[in-house]
Amino acid sequence: MTERITREDVAHVAELARLSLDQDELDAFTSQLADVLDHAADLDALDLDEVPPTAHPLPLRNVLRPDVVGETSDRAEVLAAAPSVEEDQFRVPPVLGEAP
Amino acid sequence: MREELTGVIPGWETVIGLEVHAELATATKLFSGAPNRFGGEPNTNVDPVSLGLPGSLPVLNEQAVELAIRVGLALNCRVQPSVFARKNYFYPDMPKDFQISQYDLPINEEGWLELPDGRRIGIERAHLEEDTGKSTHVGGGGRIHEAGYSLVDYNRAGVPLIEIVGAPDLRSPEDARAYVGELRSILVAIGASDGKMEEGSMRVDCNVSVRPIGQAEFGTRCEIKNINSLRSLGRAITYEAQRQVDLLASGEAVEQQTRHWDEDEGRTHKLRSKEEAFDYRYFPEPDLVPVDPSEEWITEIRDALPMLPRERRHRLAEVANVETASVVLTVERGMDDLAFEAIAAGGDAGRVIVHVENNLADGAGALDAESFATLVAMEVRGDLTATQAKTVLAALVAEGGDPAEVAASMGFEAMDTEELEALVERLIDEYAEDWAAFIAGDDKERKKKSGFFVGQVMKATNGQADGRIVNEIMSRLALD
Amino acid sequence: MTLSTAQGIASAVRSGERTAREVLEDYLAAVDGREHEVHAFNLVLADEARVAADAVDSAIDAGTNPGPLAGVPVALKDNLCTRGVPTTCGSKILDGWRPPYDATVVGRLAAAGAVVVGKTNLDEFAMGSSTENSAFGVTRNPLDPAKVPGGSSGGSAAAVAAGFVPVSLGSDTGGSIRQPAALCGVVGVKPTYGAVSRYGLVAFASSLDQIGPFSLTVADSALMLEVIGGHDPRDSTSIPGRTPDLVAELDRGIDGMRIGIIEELSGDGLEGIAGDVRARLGEAGLALEAAGATVETTSVPSTVYGLSAYYVIAPAEASSNLARYDGVRFGLRIDAPNAGEMNTATRTAGFGDEVKRRIMLGTYALSAGYYDAYYGKSQKVRTLIVRDFARAYEEFDLLVSPTAPTTAFAIGEKATDPMTMYLNDVCTIPSNLAGHPAISVPFGVGDDGMPVGVQILAPATDEAKMFRAAAVLEAVAPEGHPLVGGGLP
Ligand SMILES: [Mg+2]
Ligand SMILES: [Zn+2]
Repeated sequence: MTERITREDVAHVAELARLSLDQDELDAFTSQLADVLDHAADLDALDLDEVPPTAHPLPLRNVLRPDVVGETSDRAEVLAAAPSVEEDQFRVPPVLGEAP
Repeated sequence: MREELTGVIPGWETVIGLEVHAELATATKLFSGAPNRFGGEPNTNVDPVSLGLPGSLPVLNEQAVELAIRVGLALNCRVQPSVFARKNYFYPDMPKDFQISQYDLPINEEGWLELPDGRRIGIERAHLEEDTGKSTHVGGGGRIHEAGYSLVDYNRAGVPLIEIVGAPDLRSPEDARAYVGELRSILVAIGASDGKMEEGSMRVDCNVSVRPIGQAEFGTRCEIKNINSLRSLGRAITYEAQRQVDLLASGEAVEQQTRHWDEDEGRTHKLRSKEEAFDYRYFPEPDLVPVDPSEEWITEIRDALPMLPRERRHRLAEVANVETASVVLTVERGMDDLAFEAIAAGGDAGRVIVHVENNLADGAGALDAESFATLVAMEVRGDLTATQAKTVLAALVAEGGDPAEVAASMGFEAMDTEELEALVERLIDEYAEDWAAFIAGDDKERKKKSGFFVGQVMKATNGQADGRIVNEIMSRLALD
Repeated sequence: MTLSTAQGIASAVRSGERTAREVLEDYLAAVDGREHEVHAFNLVLADEARVAADAVDSAIDAGTNPGPLAGVPVALKDNLCTRGVPTTCGSKILDGWRPPYDATVVGRLAAAGAVVVGKTNLDEFAMGSSTENSAFGVTRNPLDPAKVPGGSSGGSAAAVAAGFVPVSLGSDTGGSIRQPAALCGVVGVKPTYGAVSRYGLVAFASSLDQIGPFSLTVADSALMLEVIGGHDPRDSTSIPGRTPDLVAELDRGIDGMRIGIIEELSGDGLEGIAGDVRARLGEAGLALEAAGATVETTSVPSTVYGLSAYYVIAPAEASSNLARYDGVRFGLRIDAPNAGEMNTATRTAGFGDEVKRRIMLGTYALSAGYYDAYYGKSQKVRTLIVRDFARAYEEFDLLVSPTAPTTAFAIGEKATDPMTMYLNDVCTIPSNLAGHPAISVPFGVGDDGMPVGVQILAPATDEAKMFRAAAVLEAVAPEGHPLVGGGLP
């Protein structure tokens, strides 16, 4: 399979996942993730070239909803759950950079 | 304006591919029953699904699928079984911090769009995805990088989008504008979108590269974001192409980047390089099942499609015996039916088209096809000059009425040909030298002198004479 | 405390023999008596439950039938959304969040006359096999408080085993209902994927998650599934149609059925299946045979790869499902100078280690350059497992295996080594990957006197057959019910 996951890989993945790790956590997670991925290496024994992937356990197709307006949420109830609100909107610290 | 937009740099070719996002004209969102409605009080068109609340699940809107199929068919795409995927990235206006989109199996692939001049532009794909919410950046004059904080409204989150990815077949800002205009006309014609760029229901991202003329391979491209109007599109391409040519001309390389168009500064600036590109970690959306529209459904949708702008142009151009490029505006304004009817009612096809293309920019108003045909007939007979006809036409649009009565009320009486002949003879006497030059001159001189005499006749008649008839009289007298 | 069944309670309440309120007060008294020791609940809703019970009693007074669960107290795993009632998922990141809507199953329980008593503890976001990973403390096994109840639905299993409620709901992504059921000596069911709506179940791994019941008896689980199952237009992966009759089929027996014991999951080939568990499984096989089935050992080879595939697929889906806990719209926020740092600070403070581990594992498995090696490959393995099951079901009506490799282990025993903990799910995972139903039925005890569970697996939507075999095992279980030592009223 691929090479063993490195400390740098874990640091990169943590960044992608918006988690920050201190040095000790980085070490611990690196070895734990490596253990799990090593276990997954037993899949290398399988010849999977001709095998299609299964994304869904059920063979359902075309599950569609009619274009009919339904219930909307109560705004006060929704905003009450938010950590910070201003002018009936969700307030967040400044956003650096633009959406992709 | 046109000079500014040619974007033609001697020795270089600009290569452009556009990605257009259009909001689909459904009643509800792509994955829930919350209303798809522009405007409205913030955070009112929301439900657990469009807010991405824990435990909520998406269910696909049938009408959005139908509209997407219409788009695919109208763009001559292959409509195929498709799968939704998650595009993972963190951003406050994306409620789930992933966008449900289509990735390796889009609903429409490999089509084309025909520009008004007849060139075909490839369509790589047209897929379904959900829109994001909207952030307002507060403080720092609304600029994202200087804002103190942001406010997020999720009314738009989950609105169905069709993303139409065009091939890099466009070669100038004019091409790009024509492409977007044509695409817009198609989307509106098939009822897929209202196509309002100003409300953000149609948004354009633009890939630009340059290469020396004659070079086969493409140059390195940059993607330009934040183009909010057709005008910005032209300006952004012109700027970006020049920037890239300047780099290459000075021996530097173009870096593959995503760049932001700044409308106020009139320039693009770097957002991120290829290396900084997002790792979206696409994978099949487990909460949705594949979409596999039946042949019957596709056929039903195809059969119900209205005639598309391209076909309407071809049909009208054929009947009117003109180039398709001459009827672009007529079709775009949806006035081709009026043109057909006026022609059918006996109106001269060429004059009908000229009037609709040039003189009916604000619509036909109270004008009906019958009166239109009558007016054109009066003009062709010489009862009205072109200028008079245009004036009468404007009155008919504004108020309606009988063309002859309107013309009469404006004092537009057809001049008697004999009267006109007498006037021309008098002028020949008065300007004998010019007349001699007219008779003896070559084509160029004849043209110049005929222009002179027509001008004199118009002056004498307060513009009531028909220039064509004056020319006829002069030709006849010259032979005598 | 005498243990009652949901069926018994509902008929007593409907006939007027007992009021819903009386039933409820008995159970609330039981909660009062031992909850401080067991910690099955994150939240006990005594007042709300009294209101609901009184409403059931009023309905009965008014001559209306409140439904098949009339007056039955139920507990909900705390990852099921309840409108206006905190739903924590055992996480600090959702501490205090009150969903503005009810999960479909919650609405169905209420419509059937059930009375919600509380929200039960779980491993954070259902990630774990011991209920030690909750931000709100560990849940203890009522049969031996030094031991874990299993997980991740440990609170729901313990609540039933402790007699706090007769029935409860959990969720099962890789065994999170069946394994705690086995460890607590109760019945637990993972229905066919799509049999029960997931709307309002806070997602862990969407293609694997299913809601299912815990109960003291097989019949009660069948009844619960009839109530909560059936098509829901709000879940695209919900099976069309209504739940088939299950309770009415229960007593049909298994005469003539062909039942296969999965060789790969039954010990000989697989390390870690304890001797006492193997022994009970063998006895269960004999019992099924005695009831008229033919029982033989059979191979379902790719099931051994289930664990590896699962620990890629489930974290991958989880990494995406858990992105929304970003401090913007609900739950915890740790402030920071910009939105990105706010996301990071919030998630770092709000998630526990197991959740972080799985998010990172899943992010890695999906990231550029690794997708094919991990996620892509695991999905193909899923295909192999589906195929192998299909082959096995050409020959057999049902399959059996142990539910968990061992009886309940000590609190803290496996907490330090994730991989050892993951091995707990080896027998339960294949059903999730295939989307098939499976049930854990208590069948005697191990050498330590703690319960052993036998797992019965069935093809998709074949719950009725599965319940029939479970009812047979229940009837002949060696020491009767491990909790009460005999029949239940
Ligand atoms: Mg794009
Ligand atoms: Zn897009």
